[in-house]
Amino acid sequence: MNRRSRPLPARRRRPGGLARAGRASGKLGGRVPAAVALVLWLLVVAVPVYFIVVTSLRPADAYLSNGALPVPTDLSLDNYGRALRLGFSGFLRNSAIVTVATILLTLGAALPAAYAIVRNRSRLVRAGLSVFLFGLAIPAQAVIVPVYLIITRLSMYDSLTAIVLPTAAFSLPLAIVVLTSSLRDIPDELYQSMELDGAGNGRVFLQLVVPLSRPGLITVGIVSGLNAWNGILFPLVLTQSSRWRVLPLGLWNFQGQHGTDVPGLMAAVVLSALPMLALYLFGRRHLLRGLAAGFSR
Amino acid sequence: MFALLPIVVVAYLSLTAWNGLGAPHWAGLANWRALVHDTEVPHGIRITLLLTVVSWVVQTPLALLLGVWSAGPQRHRAVLSAVFFLPLLLSLAAIALSWQALLDPNFGAPAALANALHIPSPNLIGDPHRALYVVVAVLAWQWVPFHTLIYQGAARQIPTQLYEAAALDGATRVRQFVAVTLPQLRHTVVASSVLMIVGSLTYFETILLLTGGGPGDATEVLPLHMYRTGFVGFDMGYASALALLLVVVGAGLSVLIVRASGFARMDSDREGL
Repeated sequence: MNRRSRPLPARRRRPGGLARAGRASGKLGGRVPAAVALVLWLLVVAVPVYFIVVTSLRPADAYLSNGALPVPTDLSLDNYGRALRLGFSGFLRNSAIVTVATILLTLGAALPAAYAIVRNRSRLVRAGLSVFLFGLAIPAQAVIVPVYLIITRLSMYDSLTAIVLPTAAFSLPLAIVVLTSSLRDIPDELYQSMELDGAGNGRVFLQLVVPLSRPGLITVGIVSGLNAWNGILFPLVLTQSSRWRVLPLGLWNFQGQHGTDVPGLMAAVVLSALPMLALYLFGRRHLLRGLAAGFSR
Repeated sequence: MFALLPIVVVAYLSLTAWNGLGAPHWAGLANWRALVHDTEVPHGIRITLLLTVVSWVVQTPLALLLGVWSAGPQRHRAVLSAVFFLPLLLSLAAIALSWQALLDPNFGAPAALANALHIPSPNLIGDPHRALYVVVAVLAWQWVPFHTLIYQGAARQIPTQLYEAAALDGATRVRQFVAVTLPQLRHTVVASSVLMIVGSLTYFETILLLTGGGPGDATEVLPLHMYRTGFVGFDMGYASALALLLVVVGAGLSVLIVRASGFARMDSDREGL
């Protein structure tokens, strides 16, 4: 395959995934070591997860006497009740709001920007792209001091907005890179034919650009959403009251105040993973396809 | 506005003395002089780079092999893949705090295993020489699934004809992997590595929760040193000087990747990210 030729759009779905040829040629070659390695990795992943789930179901007093690993004899849901009483439903709501708002803001800003970069051949727009690429290299911690300064001067300190704005801003560079490369795959003929039909810029955007860049949008949504969901630094520095506390800080705070209540902490951890689990079960197909399209050829 | 303007502000603040509350006072080069004499700085840079490099070396092969394997048609693949991606469901804070509890020298898993084997309990997380490797392991546990997902998606895009042709030529499966899979995944490796290395600067959040930079300063990466200076010690001026240093390190890392990968030609027909 000639590498310098224009890549084919990565949207040709292959029914049934890969049907690898050459199965028969590899007689047990590498089969056993591969199996051993897979089982090892399986243990590495599964043991901590087992620990989290089992500990969260252990009666609080049994943890300190029985230790971490044995299978518990009596299960209880008390830990979950305790975690909820300490305000975890509120933290969950805050985290959900921050995540959704960040995704919407990032997509809303990045898609038009990427569209402008791809459609305009002007120097100014090209320069804009380089600026965003430069932004990729700037770690968020490096500008946390001035971000704190800006947020306090705008009197947004201690609000969810204070978390969303910088989080979205730092998702933009990657978002623009991914979306630019997925918009580039749209052939010029499509634009021309729409213009011939007399469609305005707005309509081209809505009816052509948005549908065709969907995989890229999903990729960007996932990555920026994960950033927002996991973010600790911005909430830590830019909010203070428990009213606006997000999940990660809630967990950390719980650990700081009830250090020995490991079962309670693990129950909170499980609770914090439930929304992701629901999303994963609900959107697995889209997620895989989006990631594949966003990061491959 | 939240990424570029601050750089200018940081540069100005690094020349001031400011406690984060009142007005900044002009201080000239005092912060920079302090930075040159701060022994934590070379240590922080060393730990940061070490962590980035070791993490890349650990995570990339693991994610690549797991991703390629889970893109194939083997039996039990779906079930195993689902388990492999479990860590993705947990937030960064959840992972850091769970591992901290799991590795607790008195009540955690090492203690349980040591008791069963009748040996003294190893203190993994409290030992300055081991703590950094514990951090590497936890970070790998946290990030390998994400990169596996990227590689899996990319491996599924490789045209089947290539494998059929290779099999006709009598290539073994290992040979197919080296001659077909790896070259086809070149751009994906670059994309994943960029994400990994840019992301490695955010490892600081995991470290903050897992070890707090300790024991001593064994895991005190540069961003953590900066955060503590600014938001625990309220010396915003000096923190800004450290932040600029961090920008230089981050930009240096990025340039390095760009050079190494030919990523710079991306404004033409780039196929990577």
